[in-house]
Amino acid sequence: MDLNLVHMVLFLVGIIAFAAGNAAYLVWVERKGAARIQRRTGPCEVGPAGLIQPLADGAKLMSKQIVFPDGIDKPLFMLAPMFAMIPAVMIFVTIPFGPVGFGPFADFMIVAREMNIGLLMILAFASVNVMALLLGGWSSKNKYAVISAIRGVSQGIAFEIPLVITAITIVMISGSMQLSTIVEAQAGGFWNWNWMPLQGNLFGPVSFIVFFICFLAETNRAPFDLGEAESELIAGFHTEYSSMGFGLFFMGEYANIVIGASLTTILFLGGWTSPFPEFVPVLGASSFLWFLLKIYLLIWTVVLIRWTYPRVTLWSLLNLAWKILIPFALINLLGSAVLIKILPMLGL
Amino acid sequence: MGSQALSQNNETFEINLGPQHPATHGVLRVKLTMDGEYIVDAEPVLGYIHRMHELMGENRTWAKYLPNMGRIDYLSALSYNLGYVQLVEKMMGIEVPERAEYIRVLTTEMNRISSHLLWFGAFVLDLGGFTPLLYAFDDREHILDLLESVTGSRLTYCYYRFGGLYNDVDDDFLTGCTQFLKRLRSRMPMYHKLVTGNVILRQRLVGVGPLSAEMCRKYGATGPVLRGSGVNYDVRKNEPYSIYPELDFDVPVYSDGDSMARYMVRMDEIEQSMRIVEQCIAKMPQGEIKAPKVPKLIKPAIGDYYHAVEAARGTFAIRAVSDGKNQAYRMKLRAPTFCNLSLYQEASKGMLLADALAFMGSLDLVIPEIDR
Amino acid sequence: MNKATIITELRALAAEGMPDEPEVVETPASEEPEEGAKKKKPAPPEPRKNGLLELDYVRRGVHVDVQMAADQVVRGAEILDAEGLQLEAITGVDWIKENELEVVYDFSYTGGECFRVVLRVRIPRDEANIPTLNDVFPSANWHERETYDFFGINFEGHPQLENLLLPEDSDFHPLLKDFKGL
Repeated sequence: MDLNLVHMVLFLVGIIAFAAGNAAYLVWVERKGAARIQRRTGPCEVGPAGLIQPLADGAKLMSKQIVFPDGIDKPLFMLAPMFAMIPAVMIFVTIPFGPVGFGPFADFMIVAREMNIGLLMILAFASVNVMALLLGGWSSKNKYAVISAIRGVSQGIAFEIPLVITAITIVMISGSMQLSTIVEAQAGGFWNWNWMPLQGNLFGPVSFIVFFICFLAETNRAPFDLGEAESELIAGFHTEYSSMGFGLFFMGEYANIVIGASLTTILFLGGWTSPFPEFVPVLGASSFLWFLLKIYLLIWTVVLIRWTYPRVTLWSLLNLAWKILIPFALINLLGSAVLIKILPMLGL
Repeated sequence: MGSQALSQNNETFEINLGPQHPATHGVLRVKLTMDGEYIVDAEPVLGYIHRMHELMGENRTWAKYLPNMGRIDYLSALSYNLGYVQLVEKMMGIEVPERAEYIRVLTTEMNRISSHLLWFGAFVLDLGGFTPLLYAFDDREHILDLLESVTGSRLTYCYYRFGGLYNDVDDDFLTGCTQFLKRLRSRMPMYHKLVTGNVILRQRLVGVGPLSAEMCRKYGATGPVLRGSGVNYDVRKNEPYSIYPELDFDVPVYSDGDSMARYMVRMDEIEQSMRIVEQCIAKMPQGEIKAPKVPKLIKPAIGDYYHAVEAARGTFAIRAVSDGKNQAYRMKLRAPTFCNLSLYQEASKGMLLADALAFMGSLDLVIPEIDR
Repeated sequence: MNKATIITELRALAAEGMPDEPEVVETPASEEPEEGAKKKKPAPPEPRKNGLLELDYVRRGVHVDVQMAADQVVRGAEILDAEGLQLEAITGVDWIKENELEVVYDFSYTGGECFRVVLRVRIPRDEANIPTLNDVFPSANWHERETYDFFGINFEGHPQLENLLLPEDSDFHPLLKDFKGL
């Protein structure tokens, strides 16, 4: 009982540190990455290669005055940034990072609180993010922010449907909503992972792409960053936010990217299992380092996409969700159901 | 902003786009009446950077007015320089040496390339793609360096003189131009691969903001906007001036009239300008760069004169009225984007906000030129 | 576009207003004393009469120069519109010595061969009214607003004759020759 409490406290501190540190340093990665793509140097003044820059930015944001414009809905205005950050931290509670994989505690599972309905809880909390956009945009009393909030909500709702349907497909294949079970079902090499069309799921690649697009759209990343289309809506829903109000939105965005990448890794890329457990014994067959490697590769892909593509319009975005992704996800669901349940029943 | 509309129950609401807004590239203000994401009415409000260049023309001598020309359209300043010195040469009957003409055309076309490159980057930035802007700036930087080496300034050039040039170009400049063209030729396919062929970009431009040739005529649109609507009109071809008749180049015309057509016209114009620069370098004659007898005091004969040149954004024309003194009696500057923007209100009706901004970007606005 | 038609029609139109002098056609190739202000000369010659001139394009930059009465300008623009010309600019000139304002309309043809026409109208300075071209060429809207800004010329029938480039509360017209700065 006591030990459990210590475990919980340690993990909560660790999770918050992980979320905040990731948010801070992903900004650095993004800025450096963008600079590299654009043949610039990026941040280079504060610390070696600008490594202290995120801390300096954080200190600057925290020391700034919070401006409350006239006529805003103050309680909601203050609540919105919290809605952006708190669910993100909550989600990290249930995400398993995998076993240590080496040393004396090789089998120790790095997870704050594994749940048997972990996936459900993550999806539930992830949808709270839309509330943050809506409240922030609405309460700022700024027309650009309101348009952005409306866009954000219609986008969030549209892409949540294919996201959830695709997740259900995986749940059907693995037979569990517990994330560690889903990962264990993919153990044994990359050909066993869910995105490969080998393991009873012919539609693996399609689901993976659908899920990845939905993840981009749900986290409001380019090319789906309509809510923050700076050439149209200034800064979108957080136009009126200053100081840590803006800081929390910003951290929430990056925390969501980490969550999205983690979820994609767990559902499709074998989580913490090694792609070649037999041939390449680096890092062991399963280790949280594999997990981190995979999510950071995914995040790097996200960064590359952002700095390469122009932005889509709202209409084509919604068309993509309702006319392409949702039908694909449904076909995918039906196809998987047939493969998993009906074919064995017929003795095939 | 915002205070009344949120509490009203009206079907439409108003948005102030600008005068400070990332998409207007300057201090343009557009009063948008919106129905949700659709534009009911978009009224451009001008004058935020109005400097009354026309009045300055009336109280400065002809020669002292020359530097003003670099400050009207700061992105293709040399076309404006060219238009003005040619007007004065027309009034005074000054013959310009051939070498000076070649250098004029060469530098003007380099300036046109730099202007189009900047537009290309800024336009894709409007559409949400940030990276091409910096690539375009990278290339443009080479042009600015080259032009700086002969004109002495990087943006607001004042290089041409009545009857010639401020100074001669050397071989370093010409080899620099050749090297730059080689570099840009190798980079154009990259631009087309990165941007032109991009599915999202095509989705955002094809069919957006269609302008018919008739509408362009009614609104006096010129330049790439007119050529994107299928009208083969380029002052350099239709009303040849300087040495353009001796050069071999095409006028890119696209008949779709949408934003993609205007985009393609400008991208093709970069290629054509490269051809012109190459020919200028190859044919560059030796000789003087200044006309031997240019009067110290410019006093054109009484009368009024009109001269038009093709600037990067369309027809730039000057109507000067002289009363025989050393200052103009009236100096009318006809700025191309002024007319190109005037069709915005009608053409943007019923568009989505995002499309309207893409359309505005495709008009290639330079606000100081509109406001003069 | 048919140059001959335009010239014939405009010539007839500009002559209409002057029944006593139906054909005021001066020779263009002379000097340039047609429309300038002769302020320096001790005895200013007759001001230019309404009518059409064919000018030396190379020297002057326009092919056809028509001066007409204020009420003929809409018809003149319609003739040019029917032939497919576009309105390039509208501007004014303040002839303060003669107590007149001149409104100058520049037209050009974009369909091929270069052809530039300029219409001019002289109106009294203290009663500067002229019909708008807005219904013929929508581009006249902004040009006329700009001319109103700078000269205070009242374009009758203009839908929105407000300041365009000057501040909306300005009550001065900077290009008038008696404007003394702010």
